[in-house]
Amino acid sequence: MRLTVDGKTHDVDVEEDMPLLWVLRDEIGIKGVKYGCGIAACGACTVHINGEAVRSCQTSISDVDGPVTTIQGLGTPDILHVVQEAWIEKQVAQCGYCQSGQIMQAVAFLMETPDPTDAEIDEAMSGNLCRCGTYPRIREAVKLAVLKMPEA
Amino acid sequence: MSKIGTIARRTFLIGSAAVVGGVAFGYYAYKTPADNPLLDDLKEGQAALTPYVRIDASGITLITPRADKGQGAYSVQAALIAEELDVELDQIKADPGPPSKAYYNTALAEESVPFAPTDQGFAAETSRGVVDAIMKFLGMQVTGGSTTVPDGFEKLRYAGAVARETLKAAASEQTGINAASLKTAKGMVILPDGQALSYESLAPLAAKIAPVNDVTLRDPSQWRLIGKPMQRIDVVPKSTGMQRYGIDFEIDGMVHAAIKLNPQAGGAVHGFDATEAMKMRGVHKVMAVTGGIGVLADNTWRAFQAAEAVTCEWGAAPFPAEQAEHWSALENSFTDAHFDNRQRDDGDTDAALIGADVVSAEYRVPYLAHAPLEPVNATVRVTDDRVDVWTGTQIPRFVQATVADMTGVDVKNVHVHVLMMGGSFGHRLEDDNVRLAVEMAMQVKGTPVKLTYSREEDMTHDYRRQIAMARGQGVVKEGQVETFDLGIAMPSIISSQMGRQGISVPGPDATIVQGAWEQPFAIPNYRVTGYRTPELAPISSWRSVGASSNGFFHESFLDELIHAAGADPLAERIRLCSDDVSRKVLETVGEMSNWSSDLGPNRGRGVAFTTSFGAPVAEVIEVTNTEDGIRIDKVYVAAEVGTVVDPVNFDNLVKGGVVFALGHAMNCEITFSDGAVEQTNYDSYEGMRMSQCPEIIVRALENGTKVRGIGEPPVPPAAPALANAIFAATGQRIREMPFDKHIDFT
Repeated sequence: MRLTVDGKTHDVDVEEDMPLLWVLRDEIGIKGVKYGCGIAACGACTVHINGEAVRSCQTSISDVDGPVTTIQGLGTPDILHVVQEAWIEKQVAQCGYCQSGQIMQAVAFLMETPDPTDAEIDEAMSGNLCRCGTYPRIREAVKLAVLKMPEA
Repeated sequence: MSKIGTIARRTFLIGSAAVVGGVAFGYYAYKTPADNPLLDDLKEGQAALTPYVRIDASGITLITPRADKGQGAYSVQAALIAEELDVELDQIKADPGPPSKAYYNTALAEESVPFAPTDQGFAAETSRGVVDAIMKFLGMQVTGGSTTVPDGFEKLRYAGAVARETLKAAASEQTGINAASLKTAKGMVILPDGQALSYESLAPLAAKIAPVNDVTLRDPSQWRLIGKPMQRIDVVPKSTGMQRYGIDFEIDGMVHAAIKLNPQAGGAVHGFDATEAMKMRGVHKVMAVTGGIGVLADNTWRAFQAAEAVTCEWGAAPFPAEQAEHWSALENSFTDAHFDNRQRDDGDTDAALIGADVVSAEYRVPYLAHAPLEPVNATVRVTDDRVDVWTGTQIPRFVQATVADMTGVDVKNVHVHVLMMGGSFGHRLEDDNVRLAVEMAMQVKGTPVKLTYSREEDMTHDYRRQIAMARGQGVVKEGQVETFDLGIAMPSIISSQMGRQGISVPGPDATIVQGAWEQPFAIPNYRVTGYRTPELAPISSWRSVGASSNGFFHESFLDELIHAAGADPLAERIRLCSDDVSRKVLETVGEMSNWSSDLGPNRGRGVAFTTSFGAPVAEVIEVTNTEDGIRIDKVYVAAEVGTVVDPVNFDNLVKGGVVFALGHAMNCEITFSDGAVEQTNYDSYEGMRMSQCPEIIVRALENGTKVRGIGEPPVPPAAPALANAIFAATGQRIREMPFDKHIDFT
């Protein structure tokens, strides 16, 4: 199977029902995508397919119908995405394990809703669990990212 | 302090010195370079100045032996060293270093032995056993008990100062300029003419001279870093997917492992059939392991799938199969036969209760899972003469000793590489993950085996937060709380947890009453009694340990008594408070929350206060009773820690502690049916979600004389403050967690 991830093409030989998460982590080696629950209950594995946020632990590789973007393709320490900049400025992370998924969720949400209300932010981000409890800072970072987003 | 208290404390100090050999204790550790583990492993051109600083041509590495599970331990330890060493945080690497007895945790003992922060007495006779066990434990480089900052606050700065002065001495020797004329900044020694010598260039010479141990710590007025906002050293990697955790570890030739353990944890494995699993793609091997089976495969998911496909015959759990039996055991524990300790017994409580109009209440808290988002894992490679373990752990020296014991490899050749942890909350104070990985790796010697727990295995084979019950009786008189009598029953956390590390703990367990007996209130008749329930399902330390249940018990019952007295919940606590520093915490939270203001209809506020791990914390919570249930609007937190090292991390940890505590109080429990845990994943163990997260306003106070950690202390007062707020808004007292058994939340 052929897969485009973060702009690179990969040929993988795996079962059709292998979740995208494990193809990314164990076959391609993109460890920035995290395993938390395996049942789409925590959002740690969130990536984009065609720009849309999906839970890669519940997406079979055979259902991937477009290019995949992971946290590692979104930006790098040298060339940060504005949402990553906001996450760093607000120092959101504690353990940081959920933050790849939180950031990918926030990016997809802000692409669709560039000027969200507080309630919309809460609703969009509520599928992403943070066991450390960084929600207050996630809220602040999303709002900061709104200000940083280039005008469409 | 009573005479017996004085003797006991001195014995404790001397004892601990004797146990640790008198060299690695406190800042004296830096004056014993012979005990420096880095000397064993030095390469040409490296200088090990203290056990906390390593400098070579590639740069400056600060050894931060307290593990980072998300609390920012690496950053805060690095900052304490850097403060005196005169390096910037973006100039250094942090490395947890090897397991070594030089990294004793000297602060952990304080909370574990039954000394109140205000020295109100000490049951010396009965506590000797606990102290003994704690001494063994603290020699083990444990991360826990909110001790990273208290333990390191002086000794890490001394480490930095010794390193700095030694580098200056080396520069002096090299240049012939008196060390007193040299300055240091940004990792360099600056000569009087402005020329700068990098620490890296001085390292080889510094290695050859005796460390300068006669150093004085800088006055707080000179601090460059401490107390000012810092950028955590891991914030960029954690915001870009570049941070690697234990679960991300990879090494050539590695195979992936999964386990399927008896759902009735600790029960026998009578047999298994791996026929189907062995037919599955990528599966190398299925084998028996302690408590279940293990699978080796070429991919984590394939290992998970194969483990699922193995059919097993399980035996019964060695504890009651049904939840109701666990509760019965607690209900039956409030008897003389189960008496464990009574360290608070002011006035004459028995006399006060006779013939009085007694207020009574009973409270319950369930088992809880730690459930850090990164499931536990370990990678292990075993050969005949060397073992490597790569894992996130809070107990590296226990891990090292255990692995040596299991493999027969000399402990010196067991290398534990501590990796970043995606949360812990106490889960990684256990080491089953390592033991199981070692069992599997021993069957494929030379091949690294990476064991990843599925979420379900992680949650169901966790060692849980204690289940606990409390019964309160009290009397009020003339608008005041006069008698407060609280009995608390739970199994012993210390005995369960240390028992798994082979340490037996005789005597009482102070954690049964932790967070309740040592509170700074002067109630005329004030009694707190601990009852030990025989062990049920094994339990462990969960963020704030005994105080996670007992803060709820104490502050809920105190609130009920204050209500019965017709007094104001905050004003009466302030009146009863016997400690100036704690009173200030209560007054501050009152001022922050504008306590006396009117909230309007269907709203209520509650207050709670708990001192735990030496840090007094008060919280006020405001709620609204909406048509869809209770909405938590705001939380105000006043927390006293003596000195705040990093205000940003402090704020983040306090808010996180509140969210953690409220989420579990609202909707989390672990229950047993047929001997198995019923909640297996986050769909049935939700915690708080962002849409439920209140606004949280935090203020740090620095009036205390001792520096305290803040990882755990925000947790205990949150649940009772919420319950008290719900009472204020609805008139309904909730005496059992999770609260959603009794009331809906939005």
